[in-house]
Amino acid sequence: MNMLTEGRPTKQDENLAVPDQSALKTHTGNRALMVDEPLIFETGSPDRSGVDLPEAPFVESRLGGLDRDEPISIPGLSEAEMVRHYTRLSRQNYAIDVGLFPLGSCTMKHNPRLNEKMARLKGFSDIHPLQPVDSVQGALGLIDELATWLKTLTGMPAVAMSPKAGAHGELCGILAIRSALEARGDAREVILVPESAHGTNPATAAFAGYKVEDIPANADGRVDLDALKARLGPDVAGVMITNPNTCGLFEPDMKAISDAVHNAGGLVYCDGANFNAIVGRVRPGDLGIDAMHINLHKTFSTPHGGGGPGSGPVVFSDALAPFAPLPFVEKTEAGHFNLVEEETAEDHHGDSFGRMVAFHGQMGMFTRALTYMLSHGADGLKQVSEDAVLNANYVLRSLEDVLDAPFSKSGPCMHEALFSDNRFTNGLTTLDLAKGLIDEGYHPMTMYFPLVVHGAMLVEPTETESKAAIDQFIGAMRSVAERANAGDEMLKSAPHFAPRRRLDETLAARKPILVWQEPEEYAEAAE
Amino acid sequence: MRYLPLTPNDRQDMLATIGASSIDELFVDVQEDARLDGPIRDLPMHAGEMAVEAHMKKLAKNNSAAGDMPFFLGAGAYRHHVPASVDHIIQRGEFLTAYTPYQPEIAQGTLQTLFEFQTQVARLFGVDVANASMYDGSTACWEAIVMARRITKRGKAVLSSGLHPHYVSVAKTMARFTKDQLVSEAPTLEAATDGADLLDQIDDDTSCVVVQYPDILGRIGDMSALVEKAHSHKALLIAVVTEPVALGAIKSPGQMDADIVVGEGQSLGVGLQFGGPYVGLFGCKQKYVRQMPGRLCGETVDSEGKRGFVLTLSTREQHIRREKATSNICTNSGLCALAFTAHMTLLGEKGLRELAMLNHKKAVAAADRLVSIQGVSLLNESFFNEFTLVLDKDTRPIVRKLADQKILAGVSLGRLYPEEGALAHGLIVAVTETTSDEDVEALATALEGELA
Amino acid sequence: MSRYFTDEHEWVDVEGETATVGITDYAQEQLGDIVFVETPETGAELSQGDDAAVVESVKAASDVYAAVSGTVVEVNDALEDEPALVNNSAEEDGWFFRLTLSDKSELDDLMDEKAYKAFVDGL
Repeated sequence: MNMLTEGRPTKQDENLAVPDQSALKTHTGNRALMVDEPLIFETGSPDRSGVDLPEAPFVESRLGGLDRDEPISIPGLSEAEMVRHYTRLSRQNYAIDVGLFPLGSCTMKHNPRLNEKMARLKGFSDIHPLQPVDSVQGALGLIDELATWLKTLTGMPAVAMSPKAGAHGELCGILAIRSALEARGDAREVILVPESAHGTNPATAAFAGYKVEDIPANADGRVDLDALKARLGPDVAGVMITNPNTCGLFEPDMKAISDAVHNAGGLVYCDGANFNAIVGRVRPGDLGIDAMHINLHKTFSTPHGGGGPGSGPVVFSDALAPFAPLPFVEKTEAGHFNLVEEETAEDHHGDSFGRMVAFHGQMGMFTRALTYMLSHGADGLKQVSEDAVLNANYVLRSLEDVLDAPFSKSGPCMHEALFSDNRFTNGLTTLDLAKGLIDEGYHPMTMYFPLVVHGAMLVEPTETESKAAIDQFIGAMRSVAERANAGDEMLKSAPHFAPRRRLDETLAARKPILVWQEPEEYAEAAE
Repeated sequence: MRYLPLTPNDRQDMLATIGASSIDELFVDVQEDARLDGPIRDLPMHAGEMAVEAHMKKLAKNNSAAGDMPFFLGAGAYRHHVPASVDHIIQRGEFLTAYTPYQPEIAQGTLQTLFEFQTQVARLFGVDVANASMYDGSTACWEAIVMARRITKRGKAVLSSGLHPHYVSVAKTMARFTKDQLVSEAPTLEAATDGADLLDQIDDDTSCVVVQYPDILGRIGDMSALVEKAHSHKALLIAVVTEPVALGAIKSPGQMDADIVVGEGQSLGVGLQFGGPYVGLFGCKQKYVRQMPGRLCGETVDSEGKRGFVLTLSTREQHIRREKATSNICTNSGLCALAFTAHMTLLGEKGLRELAMLNHKKAVAAADRLVSIQGVSLLNESFFNEFTLVLDKDTRPIVRKLADQKILAGVSLGRLYPEEGALAHGLIVAVTETTSDEDVEALATALEGELA
Repeated sequence: MSRYFTDEHEWVDVEGETATVGITDYAQEQLGDIVFVETPETGAELSQGDDAAVVESVKAASDVYAAVSGTVVEVNDALEDEPALVNNSAEEDGWFFRLTLSDKSELDDLMDEKAYKAFVDGL
């Protein structure tokens, strides 16, 4: 035979001794695809750049003698280096695109890419907010169309589109309430907020000048209606209620709460963070609320972007509509769109409490949200809330034997399931479980919120997860929970496999380093 | 439905596990009269991508896009070229669909970019520290005023007449509720900024002086004298920068000893987008860092001694201090901050300086061309990429007319200050690297036609 | 010199007309790593029970109340650079502020060391 023996081995030699991976070191410190990326201040230089610009005209400067005479000290990178820098960094992030993101009250649903494509149409992305309104009728029409969707979905007659995020929307709602009461000559000083509320609620109320008092919860995790009624009075401007609440439960007494508050002369603000549980199925307007902010970046799929931008339009009842902030879009009978700003407000919207932000609002999020709504339609949105609630209840019932679920006996949950750390042993905490879950390939659920449950874990799978994905997640949760119940020491040093181990937050707070500092020797050499 | 993966079989299986016979059972807590008997009426049913695209494209077409015609609008939002790589990076799923980095071990991507962002903003502004961004320039400006009140324990803020009228309006709205006292006036058509007038207003009751740089009319004013007077009365100087590219050509407010510097970062990485989302920039001196609102990213080490980044000084924020928080703000403008920092990284100091000079010199050339027209005079002695022309007619109708002719001629002062008759002949014109000579000629010809 | 305790876990050392206030060792252990202490201004006039200081750990900010009424005359500057003093030496070097007492009778409401220890044991 003609024996040809060239070629390389095609599998690892079985007799090769392989040491324990954790003891291995590499020269670069990298681990194959997991690459550590330095700061641009360590790799770039002020004389490098990744853009080519045309030559400037030959004219004299006219900068009023204030020409910059000191270095800016911001380094640049060539395009290839820049793309590599950010690509490497991106790979150290968990994201919805990477896996199930069970953050309660954040509604981490899939962000459709059609949204991104539509937002980038030049007719939306390349228009200036101060262009004459006749040149932007399409954009104003879009805002109006989205506004109509929001009003129809919530059953409310008016909406303010300009708030830039949920917390900003809360502020809008509370300021409208304040304005309405002052206009009535009945300024009141107190706002009631459930103990389980998100921190933005009391912060917003305090910012608006109100004194905040807690409303207690009953044993079923809902607002104690009797306690609330007992507290209402001529000094209470209103309440801020989240419904479904932060324990993931629907408030069955919501209408009664609204009625009681109205009877006492107050107004009802609803925190709409959990709207995903009821969108398309229940209209908050039917529950007597006066204002509700909607998080477009939660319920309506606009991307979280690593922390923002959000968008927080606020729907209003007839009682509050006259006080809505400027500017807003209005449609004439002829079908033409106008922008009502300070100038024309005097004529027909004179009670507006004023402008909250420059320009008109988060147009980029409006295009994405409308694209999403058109995609789903009324029938799709109804299915969204049903599947969201179904998925959460499935998680609840699948894990309640291994994780303490404080309200599981009182009935179904809504779109999120709440657990506590009561069964953990050996001093293990919710934090330890969360870090263990990271090793399993998941971002942890919301931790230590709401404050009313010890070691709270709030799980919101959302409707965009398949049954297989949820089953996998349940399997991982079960495993880590069992370890926590058994007191597994290894959880205390988790995560073991993430790009970083547990970080020293104490050091970060005691000795804050918020900007890059040149290493001492470098600075001295430069002198 | 393409975004809903559950099949009818899945739903049946899951209901069986739950022990419910229908979805309706899960909504048992919703009172009877609030339950709807079908999808909400008066809204369309679901649609595929093609139909949605057709609908959205129709709306998009009904707008005059800036890139399709001569375009000269500024006044707080500027048209700059966003490099392809920047827009590409912000669409990576790991950035686009990531959450706030509360679990730092799996969010070092976001956190490191925020740390780089903070450093770039601090250096650009000439201050010690900067936060991880605010919603936009106008809310950052208001937050700075509130911060000055906290630090000085005084309630009177003096606002320059050169501050963007929307920013003034936002401050006035908020001040009505917080009872802060604001001193402000509309600008006048003079070549110099209102620095001299402001000096007279500073006294021992003043918490801060708020100055825009360059100002709404494009004027560049030296704020050193204001800073000195403010400090002598133990007041703070807040500088507002609505066009950060300017700082590639002119002194930073920090160099003039400003205490707090805020601004709008939209010019870098973030397109016009009809007004939002934008990105607020916020920086200050080291000694005020604990009074700063918004998120902060800090450097630390992990349990193996590796450098890493975390959100820090969280105790100022709403989710911990609740009623006593420095602000109720929750989100920053994450993805826009990423776009800003990526663009800034691509530019580097060298690119930023070149970009700035290109903007400035094109603006100078344009101003010279426009001023040669009968009936047009230039207000500014100094400007960066934006200046005010004074025409011998009201500019608002001219701007509208030119828009119908597909020329976006700038922002008339009548639009920004409808109550101030004295400003009605003013037109703010912005020129950037995206403005061509043909664009300037087109505007010149059109104005000649209107003023003949 | 006598030391008194409150049921809010503050300690008060009284010498003549001056009182030194801090938080107890039990409190610092409950709070975890202290990262920052916000002390009152010198010259501030405090009434018993007023918010006097804020002690921050990474994830929480706890209010410290004025155990007794008086005028603040001194604050512990060392805490600015070394908040860890509160963890390491809560009842000595980790003191927060000193004030001149305006109403010595208020001390009658406070606990002595033995009573405080019993109080903590009962928690």
